Amino acid sequence: MRITTTVNGQQRVVDDVWEGESLLYVLRERMGLPGSKNACEQGECGSCTVYLDGVTACACLVAGGQAEGREVVTVEALADADGLHPVQEAFLECGAVQCGFCTPGLLVQTHDLLARTGRPSDPEIREALAGNLCRCTGYEKILDAVRLASERMASR
Amino acid sequence: MTAITTRAVGSSPTRIEGTAKVTGAARYSTEQDHLGDVAYLWPVPATIAKGRVEAVDSDAVAGLPGVLAVLTPDNAPRLETPDDAELAVLQDHEVSYRGQFVAAVVATSLETAREAAASLHITYAEVPHDSELTENHPKLSKPEKVNPAFPTDTEDGDVDAALAAAAVTVDATYRTPPVHNNPMEPHASLAVWLGHELTLYDSLQGAFAAQQALAKLFALPPASVHVINEHVGGGFGSKGTVRLGAVLAAMAAREVGRPVKVVLGRQHMFTVVGYRTPTIQRVRLGADADGQLTAIEHAAIEQTSTVLEFAEQTTVATRIMYAAGSRRTSHRLAALDVPTPRWMRAPGECPGMFALESAMDELAVATGVDPVEIRIRNEPDVEPESGKPFSSRNLVACLREGAERFGWAARDPRPGVRRDGRWLVGTGVAASTYPSYVGPSTASAAAEPGGGFVVRISAADIGTGARTVLTQIAADALRVRVEEVRVEIGDSSFGQAALAGGSMGTASWGWAVTRAGERLRAALDEHGGDGRLEVHVDTAEEVKARTGFAYHAFGAQYAEARVDLDTGEVRVPRLLGVFGVGRIVNPRTARSQLIGGMTMGLSMALHEEGVLDPAFGDYVNHDFAGYHVAAAADVADIDAVWVDEQDEHVNPLGVKGIGEIGIVGTAAAVANAVFHATGVRVRDLPIRLDKLLGGLPG
Ligand code: FES
Ligand code: FES
Repeated sequence: MRITTTVNGQQRVVDDVWEGESLLYVLRERMGLPGSKNACEQGECGSCTVYLDGVTACACLVAGGQAEGREVVTVEALADADGLHPVQEAFLECGAVQCGFCTPGLLVQTHDLLARTGRPSDPEIREALAGNLCRCTGYEKILDAVRLASERMASR
Repeated sequence: MTAITTRAVGSSPTRIEGTAKVTGAARYSTEQDHLGDVAYLWPVPATIAKGRVEAVDSDAVAGLPGVLAVLTPDNAPRLETPDDAELAVLQDHEVSYRGQFVAAVVATSLETAREAAASLHITYAEVPHDSELTENHPKLSKPEKVNPAFPTDTEDGDVDAALAAAAVTVDATYRTPPVHNNPMEPHASLAVWLGHELTLYDSLQGAFAAQQALAKLFALPPASVHVINEHVGGGFGSKGTVRLGAVLAAMAAREVGRPVKVVLGRQHMFTVVGYRTPTIQRVRLGADADGQLTAIEHAAIEQTSTVLEFAEQTTVATRIMYAAGSRRTSHRLAALDVPTPRWMRAPGECPGMFALESAMDELAVATGVDPVEIRIRNEPDVEPESGKPFSSRNLVACLREGAERFGWAARDPRPGVRRDGRWLVGTGVAASTYPSYVGPSTASAAAEPGGGFVVRISAADIGTGARTVLTQIAADALRVRVEEVRVEIGDSSFGQAALAGGSMGTASWGWAVTRAGERLRAALDEHGGDGRLEVHVDTAEEVKARTGFAYHAFGAQYAEARVDLDTGEVRVPRLLGVFGVGRIVNPRTARSQLIGGMTMGLSMALHEEGVLDPAFGDYVNHDFAGYHVAAAADVADIDAVWVDEQDEHVNPLGVKGIGEIGIVGTAAAVANAVFHATGVRVRDLPIRLDKLLGGLPG
């Protein structure tokens, strides 16, 4: 089937998509956007987190066809012409990135958290990120990064 | 170029590939552009635990649109005999464990390959299997050596006599379950053939060794195999050597005449790439009334598969930890019809130190000596087993520093008496250790025509920060700023280099990079530099000459545990690790790595357990829904610090590996804290609430 969808602000049309393919597969293998990662394919790890019509979703659990006519935003679009988003900067500075495989999903989830909750408390951060597994960092530096990003964004 | 005097080693530049990683631009192995018509392979796992594949009926799927090939034991291309028997994939009809790959489908899309793989009809001749490790298993035997080449058993002094004469003894059996590495990135391989030349993009901890292994398997000269591992999404040992996905990719790509991607599913990660063996460990300690050890015995029972013998070195840390008049260690192994266990972060030290450090806590309780003090009291002057001096050993300093920071002094030793609302509260301590290995490596350094320098080494950055720390090290050796140096890694064509394993990356690669930088600097100083100068170094001789000392890192871990009086739920609000790990090259990346190790140790303490179903012979909870790893909400206040440690013997940089020591001892610290909180001693991990309920004070 054909899917027409807006991805990172651009209209994309892909053909020959099998009905059972996930949005994650369509992004990674058909649109050349491998930023969103596949680490479990069952909604347990958050590595594939993207925005679908402004709401975060596990792209591995969304069928490609469900994105028809909708708007998808991935990690590839968090930075803009002015440079990195404060969330990306904070992850870099705080050493919250190791192997980087969980990072795209965590960035999108954090981006969303800070858009909804200006200055989240630690328990709110831990809860919001509890669906994003990271096997490398032990989360501490990720928490630091979220705190730093929230401070900077609040003071803008 | 400006010669400078400030050193980059010890500073904290941010991760060099960090921007690529936070923007989604970093390309992991299979994420390459412009490869033409890529095909996808999906493997078929065996649904029996032991027997033979009688027939694979592929007629129904071979004609499906998009299916390019069905590989079976009957038609798969023959390979040369590998050193690693797990790589002989589809080479015979034997099934040695449930989940072993017995066929594979290659198709133009992943979903087509999966669909076809699911509808392949496979007939088996099944025979009874035996998958359950027990203390008295009839198949237990003594392996020739334990990983990688340690003696299986050791004995020093008269343990039995010392135990019989001891004022205080501890005799306890500890169990650790199968634990699965689960790097977030599953093993992923992309193979591309150009004539007789193979390029493999793979998620591996060492490109050079993979190149050698594949060349052998496919009967090619090594120069015809090119392995690239630019970004690797974690490994923790499971990507230590080339794994079967790479072999399938290379095999299939040649068969179908297209590049082939093989990305394992999470479920496959529990069977075919290795895991930490379950262990049953008996520890016996004898001591005088003051807690001075007179005897240590540590006997481990573990499993391997029938495919190959992997004997984990579970008790080796016990050989070097404490002074004692007598000591005995042993390993017994049963080859069962189970997936092959391999390396997982600190194989040996991690489960072994859970047992030893739990037993030391039991000894502290039995003697009434403080758990910190009892470890200090048994500090050896030289490495107990070899009699060699330590190149450096700061366990006591770590214990003291940790006690100070953690507020240990005020601790009331009585278990089960502190309450905070509905929580029982306790604290625990355990020691950590990990060997400071080093491996020979080659590297090159060149002055670039346009200015600046390039250093090349076949290192792998599996998330450690290797690319960043090697740039710092190279800058110092060249006496320039880090901005002037580009370090290229992740490519087998850069020559032989140590693996990103055994916590030896920075020590081994850093040694070679230092020598390359120094030699280039000397050449430039002599000849003047206008570019095009290039030097190559090999540290094999120098590394071989490193002898005379015992090389290990040490640390102390402190934990606070809270246990819910009614539900038995365990929380760990505080974890502190203090480490003596030589010189720290980059505090930013180092701290994150140590904390990451400690968190994996916390995860092992409370959550992780591969549950084997003896009836089926497989790990039934083989996904992140059933196999729990610590999430952000499981961790609270956690920190890692280090003591100042100068070690001029360990290697020229004075560094010790930090990738593994963080996980060693954490589980014991947590278990000891849980005992202190509740009075319940949990000797089999993970510490789940069902093991506490019933023993909690009323
Ligand atoms: S890959 Fe989607 S949640 Fe894990
Ligand atoms: S950085 Fe490796 S999984 Fe999070």
